[in-house]
Amino acid sequence: MDYEVVIGCEVHVELKTKTKIFCSCPTDFGGEPNTHVCPVCLGLPGTLPVLNKKVLEYAIKAGLALNCEIAQFSKFDRKNYFYPDLTKAYQISQFDLPICKNGYIDIETDKGKKRIGITRIHMEEDAGKLVHQGNTITTSAGSLVDYNRAGVPLIEIVSEPDMRSAEEVVEFLNSLKAIIEYTGVSDARMEQGSLRCDVNLSLRPVGQIEFGTRAEIKNLNSFRSVERVIQYEIDRQVDILESGGKVIQETRTWDESKGRTYSLRSKEDSDEYRYFPEPDLPPVIVMEDYIEKLRAELPEMPKEKRRRMIEKDGLPEYDAGIITASKALVDFYDAVHTHYGDAKKISNWIMGELLAKVNAEGIELNALKIQPEQMAALLKLVDSGEISGKIAKKVFAEMFETGNNPGDIIKKQGLMQISDETALKTMIEQVVETNPKSVEDYKAGKTKALGFLVGQIMKQSRGQANPAVINRLLVEKLNSM
Amino acid sequence: MTISRLTIHELHELLIKKEISATELTKEHLDRIRRLDSNVKAYITVTDELALKQAEAVDKKLAAGEKIGMLAGIPMSVKDNLCTEGIQTSCASRMLEGFKPQYNATVLEKLKAEDFVMLGKVNMDEFAMGSTTENSAFFHTRNPWNPDCVPGGSSGGSAASVAADLAVYSLGSDTGGSIRQPAAFCGVIGLKPTYGAVSRFGLIAFASSLDQIGPLAKDVTDIALIMNAISGYDKKDSTSANCNYPDYTASLNKSIKGMRIGLPKEYLGEGIDSDVEAQVLAAASKLEDLGAHVEECSLPHTRYAMPAYYLIAPAEASSNLGRYDGVRYGLRVQAKDVASMFCETRKQGFGPEVKRRIMLGTYALSSGYYDAYYLKALKVRNLVKQDYDKAFTQYDCLITPTAPTTALRKGNNQNPLTLYKSDICTIPTNLAGIPGLSLPYGVDRNGMPIGVQLLGKAFTEPALLQVAYSLEQNTSLTRLKPNQGKGI
Ligand SMILES: [Zn+2]
Repeated sequence: MDYEVVIGCEVHVELKTKTKIFCSCPTDFGGEPNTHVCPVCLGLPGTLPVLNKKVLEYAIKAGLALNCEIAQFSKFDRKNYFYPDLTKAYQISQFDLPICKNGYIDIETDKGKKRIGITRIHMEEDAGKLVHQGNTITTSAGSLVDYNRAGVPLIEIVSEPDMRSAEEVVEFLNSLKAIIEYTGVSDARMEQGSLRCDVNLSLRPVGQIEFGTRAEIKNLNSFRSVERVIQYEIDRQVDILESGGKVIQETRTWDESKGRTYSLRSKEDSDEYRYFPEPDLPPVIVMEDYIEKLRAELPEMPKEKRRRMIEKDGLPEYDAGIITASKALVDFYDAVHTHYGDAKKISNWIMGELLAKVNAEGIELNALKIQPEQMAALLKLVDSGEISGKIAKKVFAEMFETGNNPGDIIKKQGLMQISDETALKTMIEQVVETNPKSVEDYKAGKTKALGFLVGQIMKQSRGQANPAVINRLLVEKLNSM
Repeated sequence: MTISRLTIHELHELLIKKEISATELTKEHLDRIRRLDSNVKAYITVTDELALKQAEAVDKKLAAGEKIGMLAGIPMSVKDNLCTEGIQTSCASRMLEGFKPQYNATVLEKLKAEDFVMLGKVNMDEFAMGSTTENSAFFHTRNPWNPDCVPGGSSGGSAASVAADLAVYSLGSDTGGSIRQPAAFCGVIGLKPTYGAVSRFGLIAFASSLDQIGPLAKDVTDIALIMNAISGYDKKDSTSANCNYPDYTASLNKSIKGMRIGLPKEYLGEGIDSDVEAQVLAAASKLEDLGAHVEECSLPHTRYAMPAYYLIAPAEASSNLGRYDGVRYGLRVQAKDVASMFCETRKQGFGPEVKRRIMLGTYALSSGYYDAYYLKALKVRNLVKQDYDKAFTQYDCLITPTAPTTALRKGNNQNPLTLYKSDICTIPTNLAGIPGLSLPYGVDRNGMPIGVQLLGKAFTEPALLQVAYSLEQNTSLTRLKPNQGKGI
């Protein structure tokens, strides 16, 4: 039988506020365990939460960027469960009245354009982190708890089950990540855990309207694992259905190293969270003018930016698509563009040299050493003929490593292009003398030989000779022989 | 005249006239605690060193000719569910035995700014759940009027310490009557302020939407003085009201002539002890004598308040008490794995009444029961609130009994349902978030004090204090003292 896969996502995004959601502890990563804590986020008896207004602002901004309705009345609820990383034995979250609902993202795949619905976005607090002294909490002799993350603000973005392939999911996540990044409310980095995705996946025979039973898969920490898990789950569920079995509703966890999912818990024992309205926090009332103020503050979103790059800067759609997928890349592009006019040349360098280096070295785009002004300067040096394109790549590599200015690098390493005719003539004499065979070939009408001779001269000049000048002088010399 | 019998404002006069020093006053109270608290058993922790240090600081100020606040140098007691920095705050539970908070409750910070003197932390029902203080995991507190009777609860230690002159005043907390009922049982005054008028930061939560800190004291003026110190907006408590707070003493002397006072019929009759009812009616008629208009009125949803309360309060408690899991502080019972450690810790750390309410609350919030219980209870809560709203369009305040009976006998309070009924007159107040004041008004056939309750619209404490003050000034029935021979 042919099956259609139905996929929805729950995405947790860590908000980039300076302080936690209900206290004034810093949210910085990497502190010594239990140093970013206070009585409130430790849930000590008698303490009370106070909502960080920035969290509300960021959640609304994310909602607006994702085309959501913003609730003028929403509230917090308690999600009760026992776990050592949860300091109060409940997580403060939003249950039935989330801050945002009914949004969407438009995505584009090989199959065309598609709108993926956003069901809701709600605010909540993160939990602490368990450090097991053995492998898991059940087998370890003891566990340590670090509450630095406890109370870090999150938004949970829930999509409609609108996606039908891994490709669509990856496209959805890419777009979502870019939009969130553009709003500035989060770094949205999956590898660092500031964007986490759970996937709900079910199968149904092609043509059937009702959804099949779904499995929820957690613990996906890269786009690659999202792709892999979807393929794995499709295969697993097809196998079950084909052998006459039934998929059970459960939460499964992805094991990246083994490339498979494991059952964590079935529906029956997971859904008893005893939600009820958080009595320590009054309802959140948001005024219309506040929403409009935030809407006005939103930067241009990827879609609009892309359109503008194509229409105004004259970039091909492909280039615009790649550059706008990352806020940091767009910012870099824009900054170079303010100093340098040829958009296509910038985009060639970004998509070629820059991204190759970034990917090869695994560097974060917003941690680049090379500055946009330096990039513009490099392009200008190529245009003015002071260095060749080939040398420019060498200079770029150095700039990427060190953040030094291209002019300094060129001066220090003596990479300036040689256009001086006297110097070039000497090189030409030498090469012509040592390659009589090629000279004869040229004389006999084999124009290919010219290219070989130019190459030899370039080699001798370590790439610094000006190819156009060499060409002219060489032809003059050969014709005079 | 024994100085330990005096009120805050009386003692303040003596202090500023230098007729007594804060240190002498504190020593006198500490001495009484040493001699007499073995009979009353109000105190869990006596902080004598701290008290003397605080008193000394006040004496220094007095010696330097500095002006001191009304509460400066006045020795008092604190219910053991209010966080005191570096001092055990146990909630009278094995679970928090030895727990020393790193912070003061906001009310204590405010009192500290007033140069208060804290004598110690007083007994209560475990986690404020109970009406007798017999649910303390440590020991029972006795009623200073009769050692065979309970002091009421859950702020039993607070009420008993004030009644036995082991503290000039006390801070308690009231979730369903826990200040007012013990105040009535012990013959002192107790005020549950409007929800949001006093910061809950540092009050170890029982039921967050109902809990409120308030004073227990020997006269109405003292209650007003304490309210001046402890009320006010606190940015650490998001449910605290950001509004203007009055001088609570300002209205005391105003005449109650023309005031409209309602006498809700649902609070009288069946289930109310006849002596109690008689005193409530006597107080009502005294108010008429003083120029108020008193008439019967109706709060038709009163009888649903108790079942609603016993769903909402346990539901919140079941969540609030989840954090006592042995992981971070308080009791931890070692076990083979983390789940067993949770279970064993909670099994050994909590007493039976706390467990009962956690079970009740967990059940009420469970999926499939939420709508039928918790949600319905919220609707009832709304109806109860509406009853009051309606009544307060016609009346400036209401007068009722504080409790259906006077102090219960010790030791035969095993039936929870019977006990829950002793809060029947106080519970609706917390559901509605309005203020309630219990004022002693005479004694019953056994010589035990009777409390009448005054209820008002949110933030009308000044009106309640005004009515209470006029009763206090015009009868001798409000300032009662236990028979020292028979009691302690
Ligand atoms: Zn904190």
